[in-house]
Amino acid sequence: MEWFKRVTPGLEAQTKKELPDGLWIKCDRCGEILYKKELERNRMVCTGCAFHFRMDSMQYIALLADEGSFEEFNENLSSADPLHFKDSKKYTDRLEEAMAKTGLKEAVRTGECTLAGLPVVMAVMDFRFIGGSMGSVVGEKVSRAIDRAVETRRPLIILSASGGARMQEGALSLMQMAKTAAKLALLAEARIPFISILTDPTAGGTTASFSMLGDVIIAEPGAFIGFAGPRVIKQTIGQDLPEGFQRAEFVQEHGFVDMIVDRRQLKEQIERILVWFVGPARKKPRRAAPKKKSAPEAAETVASAPKRGKAAGEKSAKRTGSSAAKPQTRKNSTTKPASEA
Amino acid sequence: MKNYVPEFEKPIVEIERRIAELREYSASKDLSFSREIERLEEKARQLRQEVYSNLTRWQRVQLARHPNRPYTLDYVRLMMSDFTEFHGDRLFADDPAVVAGIGTLGAISVALIGHQKARDTREKIRRNFGMPNPEGYRKALRLMKLAARFSRPVLCLVDTPGAYPGLGAEERGQAEAIARNLLEMARLPVPIVVVIIGDGASGGALGIGVGDRILMLENSWYSVISPEGCAAILYRDSANAHIAAESMKVAPEDLLEMGVIDRILREPEGGAHNDHAATAATLKAALLEEMEKLAAIPSEELVRRRIDKFARMGVWTE
Ligand SMILES: [Zn+2]
Repeated sequence: MEWFKRVTPGLEAQTKKELPDGLWIKCDRCGEILYKKELERNRMVCTGCAFHFRMDSMQYIALLADEGSFEEFNENLSSADPLHFKDSKKYTDRLEEAMAKTGLKEAVRTGECTLAGLPVVMAVMDFRFIGGSMGSVVGEKVSRAIDRAVETRRPLIILSASGGARMQEGALSLMQMAKTAAKLALLAEARIPFISILTDPTAGGTTASFSMLGDVIIAEPGAFIGFAGPRVIKQTIGQDLPEGFQRAEFVQEHGFVDMIVDRRQLKEQIERILVWFVGPARKKPRRAAPKKKSAPEAAETVASAPKRGKAAGEKSAKRTGSSAAKPQTRKNSTTKPASEA
Repeated sequence: MKNYVPEFEKPIVEIERRIAELREYSASKDLSFSREIERLEEKARQLRQEVYSNLTRWQRVQLARHPNRPYTLDYVRLMMSDFTEFHGDRLFADDPAVVAGIGTLGAISVALIGHQKARDTREKIRRNFGMPNPEGYRKALRLMKLAARFSRPVLCLVDTPGAYPGLGAEERGQAEAIARNLLEMARLPVPIVVVIIGDGASGGALGIGVGDRILMLENSWYSVISPEGCAAILYRDSANAHIAAESMKVAPEDLLEMGVIDRILREPEGGAHNDHAATAATLKAALLEEMEKLAAIPSEELVRRRIDKFARMGVWTE
């Protein structure tokens, strides 16, 4: 009955080998000892072999959103344990632990921001929160992000980092796959572009719903991308898996990923793609925009939005972060997301 | 396998065996045991009622997998006289784990798609135990789009232990195939009625499971993962599947309460495997009733309602 043991076991935690003093990390792949600060400056990419360490949602927001522009929404949605689920641990305890560990309420953060001056809606998953698994809240937040993209006519970016659907919410988790895919049908109808970014790992029900439905699908080098977990497949076929199986490069070779992009070039690449869809950012970033509290014009909606779709921009901006449009600083600045809550 | 009896059915089967023995004996000896037989029959009836009205979720799962349970093509044979099967996804191959074709149900021209299991070993292997490869989902979608183009409703019968976790399946985009179906089914401009007739495991089931009305046979189950899979991961041993089945609340009543399904179809006493014809009659009547209601809804409205229906699913606080 091996074929029943599905979902995604075998996606081991990346063992980030921190050395005792906490200042140095050993790269798993090339064995190089890396200075932690230096690694962080390099977007958690090994300076020796370009191995991509996993990043959390904070780090990805800092990577992609213009400094101070990320305006989170629906951050208070949290799981309600509809099944009163308990295995070795209560689901509610698992949730609390994940919240304590991450400071997040759930496995995805959603918000509006600008990317190189271009207004977008962004959803960023966080693998640290119960393996980035999708339950009701992740499904609902992603769905609302899609709604927001349709309302504001901003392009949608979803960054996946997920072991799949969350078992502790049973069929309700499964239905989030249908729900998010259904919402994407509306996005496509409204002709809003959707860029899907796949990071390590993107697996199970997440891959089999919104992750694989991008108009553009970008993967990080070496990322696990698949439906079934490697252990399950190995059990099913009774032999070892080929080298590189279900890694980004393999998935691209088989035709399911548009491009593999080094994390250090990711923002520029997305910018190029966005510009093709919506045209260049309206306002040239003002270098000296000293104390502009809110910059609604920077949050301008998708330029030249094609017809239908409700009265474009009005609902968009109410940002808190200052210096909203300052895209050019992205290169090496250690940006911090605007809202931590 | 032919004589497979789930543990909880054994006392009933034992009484039935004694009745049969008595009948044979009384016939051969020209004696009447009619009193005794009557008494036993009554006992069997009561016992069956008792057992079947108190089935645990795990027992329901076992019934859903009963080897004599009707499969998609059994229903097709019992419900339609003119079914024509189509083959292939026009891209790579034909997937025998998914049956797709056209025919008439009652007086309505429909497209019918279903997972297909089998009973004997060779056929089981050919059908891959009802576990589709990406081609199965793509064939299903091809039929659905054809149905949409000619304004024919789509019927989907779900019965799978999961999408196949194999090398080729991954290479050819199992995840993409399922994801694509979810999106396309959400916006298909014709009615879709889905019935879970046995195993409803995970994305493999959902891949043909998005519709306007979701029905479930009484002894079927539906969840994000099989009880065995859940047990192996969360309870460290697939032998704990019975616990996982309870925890994940996989039974039709649970799903109705969660708002995941719309309607439960009662099976004949003793389960669908005891009476294929009666189960098929129930199924056919329900499908015709559902299609008649859906036929009255303009297609734009239909799609809007379908998307809203799935958008409402889930429980959270804020
Ligand atoms: Zn390295």
